[in-house]
Amino acid sequence: MGKNLTMLQAITEAMDQMLGHDDRVMIMGEDIGVNGGVFRSTEGLYEKYGKDRVVDTPLAESGIIGSAIGLALNGMLPIVEIQFLAFIYPGFEQLVSHAARMRYRTRGQFGVPLLIRTPYGAGIRGPELHSESVETFFAHTPGLKVVAPSNPYDAKGLLISALEDPDPVIFLEPTKLYRAFKEEVPDEMYRIPIGQAKVVQEGSDLTIYAWGAMLREALNAAKKIEAEKGWKCEVVDLRTLYPLDRDTIVQSIKKTGRALIVHEAHKTAGLGAEIISIINDEALIYLKAPIKRVTGFDVPVPPFTIEDHYLPTVDRVKQGIVETLSF
Amino acid sequence: MKAYSNEVEPEIFRVLTPDGEIIETIDGKIDKSLMLKMYEGMLLLRTFDRKSINLQRQGRIGTYAPFEGQEASQVGSALALSAGDWMFPTYRDHGAAIIHGQELYRVFLYWMAHFDGSICPEGKRILPPSVPIATQMVHAVGTAWASKIRGEKNVSIAYFGDGATSEGDFHEALNFAGVYKTPTIFFCQNNGYAISVPFEKQSASKTISQRAAAYDIHGVRVDGNDIFAVWLTVKQAVERALKGEGPTLIEAITFRYGAHTTADNPNIYRDQDEVSTFWRENRDPITRLRKYLIKEGHWNEEQEELALKQFNELIDAHLQKAEGYPKSDPLEMFNHVYAEESWHLKEQKQELNQILRKGGKK
Ligand SMILES: Cc1ncc(C[n+]2csc(CCOP(=O)(O)OP(=O)(O)O)c2C)c(N)n1
Repeated sequence: MGKNLTMLQAITEAMDQMLGHDDRVMIMGEDIGVNGGVFRSTEGLYEKYGKDRVVDTPLAESGIIGSAIGLALNGMLPIVEIQFLAFIYPGFEQLVSHAARMRYRTRGQFGVPLLIRTPYGAGIRGPELHSESVETFFAHTPGLKVVAPSNPYDAKGLLISALEDPDPVIFLEPTKLYRAFKEEVPDEMYRIPIGQAKVVQEGSDLTIYAWGAMLREALNAAKKIEAEKGWKCEVVDLRTLYPLDRDTIVQSIKKTGRALIVHEAHKTAGLGAEIISIINDEALIYLKAPIKRVTGFDVPVPPFTIEDHYLPTVDRVKQGIVETLSF
Repeated sequence: MKAYSNEVEPEIFRVLTPDGEIIETIDGKIDKSLMLKMYEGMLLLRTFDRKSINLQRQGRIGTYAPFEGQEASQVGSALALSAGDWMFPTYRDHGAAIIHGQELYRVFLYWMAHFDGSICPEGKRILPPSVPIATQMVHAVGTAWASKIRGEKNVSIAYFGDGATSEGDFHEALNFAGVYKTPTIFFCQNNGYAISVPFEKQSASKTISQRAAAYDIHGVRVDGNDIFAVWLTVKQAVERALKGEGPTLIEAITFRYGAHTTADNPNIYRDQDEVSTFWRENRDPITRLRKYLIKEGHWNEEQEELALKQFNELIDAHLQKAEGYPKSDPLEMFNHVYAEESWHLKEQKQELNQILRKGGKK
């Protein structure tokens, strides 16, 4: 049995079930209690579980993440909501200097099973600093895991896995997809393993690697190209950004020999560079063309009046496909 | 130097004067055996601290952060805790950690930059020394919060310096602790300096303890070189916390005689000899307790000599253990990054392993 849910509803359901299933679970963050979160992802949970399990915290990201580290050290399973990804910076130190390193520093004695959820990415016409896609900061931090779902089904399964993971996980929720579409989501508590990418569309001519909101652009571009030129693209949803699923990345390129990476994060030192490196290391001789990246530019995400020009569009992705296939 | 004169000491709690006189009633709360434990703890730590500085000079340990002068604060506070209490020390609070149960050889290992120097004994909850300033304070709020939720009768204590009170995390920690009434003890050792910056340049508030009022939590200012006062204050904070009365901010006025670390030269920013001599002669935590103990007939010269001999032997035995401890294998750097090792770490580990093998070192 299942029901049609948006990504937001799937996320709420996952948290609801986790709160009901394990009394170590608590949610904490700004405006997540009475208000149900600015995107309403915690809607109804405060009424159902009370103020001690769904906690409206002071406006203080370092305090939130830091105290959640302590809660996690001492037997709780905190889910922290950071209102927008770019507001994580005051708590960044807690994440990188403490959450990520605690297991390492204590030689395995103390772990921090902490889940941090945060909306991220552009395309929502948000004000300044509401649209960043800085996953690289976290994917550059040993000790953290970084997850970015692209659909309601994955969001629920990955969220449950992330909460059960013994290590700290940053769960990046593409804001643009929160209510973009519905999908059948099973009622039970299922899990999608962290660290596994997924081939969402099979193809033979080229592989597109994408995640989060960009997956939709990739699929749309692939559909159009197939209609226009008959080329069949394989589309891989990375789902976990750190550690990457190298096997799936490499298997696909061995099959198609051509690759395009689509991400909305800035190009320089974006994860695209890492994927190219993996392919160079593992499958260079399979390559029939240089690997291209279609990405956000190396500029701060601009005001929303011109935001669309920052983001990879279906046309830019199509152009990338054409260039790679006609090399 | 005005921070060290006698007159600038608003509402400070003191029990034992520098002359070894008791001026407040201790109501039989501190018995002879506890007094001796306090004294011996301070003596052990001072011996350890001096030894460590020498070891650093000989190149046998790395850069070291001394605490001589602050023994009463560290020993007094740690002795007021129970075994299951959470302790969040800084790089200068290994003294408190030792008293709370950390083993001496581990502390040596830490300063020798060995991975295993941060492991705490089974059943203890001593976290690795926090190097970033003030960040551990919020953790102590979290563990205490969890203790409260889970109905565990434990407190969490966070150690920090006067400089830490300028960081945002200090305020966030106090604020959270106040809001959730967590059983947290914030123990500030105000040693007058944050590296080179004296407290009057650090903050416009006269005292640190007064800031407790802003968060509506309990605040106490105590003579940090008076171990009776420190112990009583922390004990009271523990009792308050366990009764559900919430956090306490304690400001212990103390002084580190030596440099900030062995890499620092205090002569650049303070008149080192003059200031240290003033504190040594007028405020030393060990001297004042010794005076009292001798007067009461609880201690004498022979006991002192014997104790020093035993402590030196103990420290040497631990040093030997630390120096004989298996060196960190370079491949250990890949361990414990995650609960389960993922492919990229496995491979990078293998890569280093091959390099090491080629180098004939493995
Ligand atoms: C966040 C952060 N900023 C700067 C430093 C560099 N630093 C190390 S110790 C120190 C002074 C700390 O003074 P205080 O909190 O008074 O503690 P004390 O060393 O006097 O015990 C500074 C600035 C640091 N470790 N962490």
